[in-house]
Amino acid sequence: MNSVASFTVPTVNHAPINVEGLTEKIAVRDLDFFYGEHRALKSINVSLYQGKVTAFIGPSGCGKSTLLRVLNRMYDLYPNQRAAGSVTLDNEDILAPSQDLNLLRAKVGMVFQKPTPFPMTIYENIAFGIRLYEKLSKSELDDRVKSALERAALWNEVKDKLNANGQSLSGGQQQRLCIARTVAVRPEVILFDEPCSALDPISTAKIEELIDELKDDYTIAIVTHNMQQAARVSDFTAFMYLGEMVEFGDTTRIFTNPVDRRTQDYITGRFG
Amino acid sequence: MALYATRRARNKVAVFCAGAATLFGLTWLVLILAVLLWEGFSGLSLSVFTEMTPPPGSAGGLLNPIMGSLVMTSIAVVIGTPLGILAGTYMAEYGRYDRLTMIVRFINDILLSAPSIVIGLFVYEVMVAQMGHFSGWAGAVALAVIVVPVVVRTTEDMLILVPDTLREAAASIGLPRSLMIKKVAYRAARAGMITGVLLAVARISGETAPLLFTALNNQFWSSDMNAPMASLPVVIFQFALSPYKDWQALAWTGALIITLAVLALSIIARSLTAQRKSS
Repeated sequence: MNSVASFTVPTVNHAPINVEGLTEKIAVRDLDFFYGEHRALKSINVSLYQGKVTAFIGPSGCGKSTLLRVLNRMYDLYPNQRAAGSVTLDNEDILAPSQDLNLLRAKVGMVFQKPTPFPMTIYENIAFGIRLYEKLSKSELDDRVKSALERAALWNEVKDKLNANGQSLSGGQQQRLCIARTVAVRPEVILFDEPCSALDPISTAKIEELIDELKDDYTIAIVTHNMQQAARVSDFTAFMYLGEMVEFGDTTRIFTNPVDRRTQDYITGRFG
Repeated sequence: MALYATRRARNKVAVFCAGAATLFGLTWLVLILAVLLWEGFSGLSLSVFTEMTPPPGSAGGLLNPIMGSLVMTSIAVVIGTPLGILAGTYMAEYGRYDRLTMIVRFINDILLSAPSIVIGLFVYEVMVAQMGHFSGWAGAVALAVIVVPVVVRTTEDMLILVPDTLREAAASIGLPRSLMIKKVAYRAARAGMITGVLLAVARISGETAPLLFTALNNQFWSSDMNAPMASLPVVIFQFALSPYKDWQALAWTGALIITLAVLALSIIARSLTAQRKSS
């Protein structure tokens, strides 16, 4: 365990962020993460702000996906993985053993690298999650499915085949279906784990547009290997390297005037 | 160049040997099937399905063993399938990384390849000896013991094939694990799991040894599960060993019926697996 001092002195090269008018939605403090004995995250400090997009960049294996999977405790599905430190959502500790994981995940949704539609119809893919938490009439449910699909810019493409299997859609459509599915349960935070790495440029552009529209209502975190994408979609950027949070700040500043040498090397393509 | 020529020559020899071995094996299989079809079809008639097994020298059919086989197989599937699916689900979904799962998997593999006569003797000891008489129930239980490991194995294998990303996706919208299994994992693995059950049915419909010590046989119609019950494999066994020509003919016909039924099940299982791949 680190000393208490690290709590007050962030290990991050924070260039001051103007936090005026920003609400901290998720606060990660001194987070360590272990795969068995291996320490994959080292004293991470970072904040996700309400209604903002935060991008996580860094070379493969730097821990950015791991960090994302802590925020909805996805790691809990697997044995020998554990987190230490503190992560709060609206000032509530989500690492607490008493945390109801299903409720947490309904609040913190996730979109994955590979599109993962359920083996059921397009309609059911969306309606399924809604029914878990709300009792709605058929017409209310229809409306919710429709608005979720509209939100994900997919409605026009699928409105005539809602009963087709979700897995029959193209990759880009499947990914938007997954976004619709996530949006449908009305989460507060959406985590995107490399959502475009399996998609072509046109589908990628659509997803990026979508993220831009979604940020008015949701707090968004996105892990990406594509630095242009991070620059395009995010308000804040966090650069991670070897399990450490190297630098966190305004996206424009990170990309134009990074403080840390490693950040500069990475964004200029000198390694990674 | 010499190296290349030797390699080619060696390749030719190996291909020839492999071809010859295949041909040798297939010849016997085709011969067996041909004899079975020839002998079986010549005895096939409507009376086979409408009359009881006859005493030697008179006409009759196989109605009671066909019914006995159907009833005992069905009960065995009804007992064995839920047990197998639940155990397989535990192993693949809840206890995938547990020590208990490793132990159960090991024991299940042993059970899977246990000689069926051992299972027959076991059920004889725990049921027939206790009840004091042979019975259809005992036969069904013996068959169920054979069904369980097959279904456990296929259920576990098929659920493990369901990608973890799908489980994570289900978890990511706040789905509890039980619902994830029921609505997502089972749905994704459905075809494979049904195939497993069909394979189990195919396996038990030809089993003789477990029934010899449990359901025994019955020359007459009986729907009483507490009484000895006829079954196709046991009747074939008895009739084929008899010195009577008409009994032997019925045995051939019975063998043909089982073979065709298993063939039909295998084809259904195959087409289900093919569907799964294409979807």
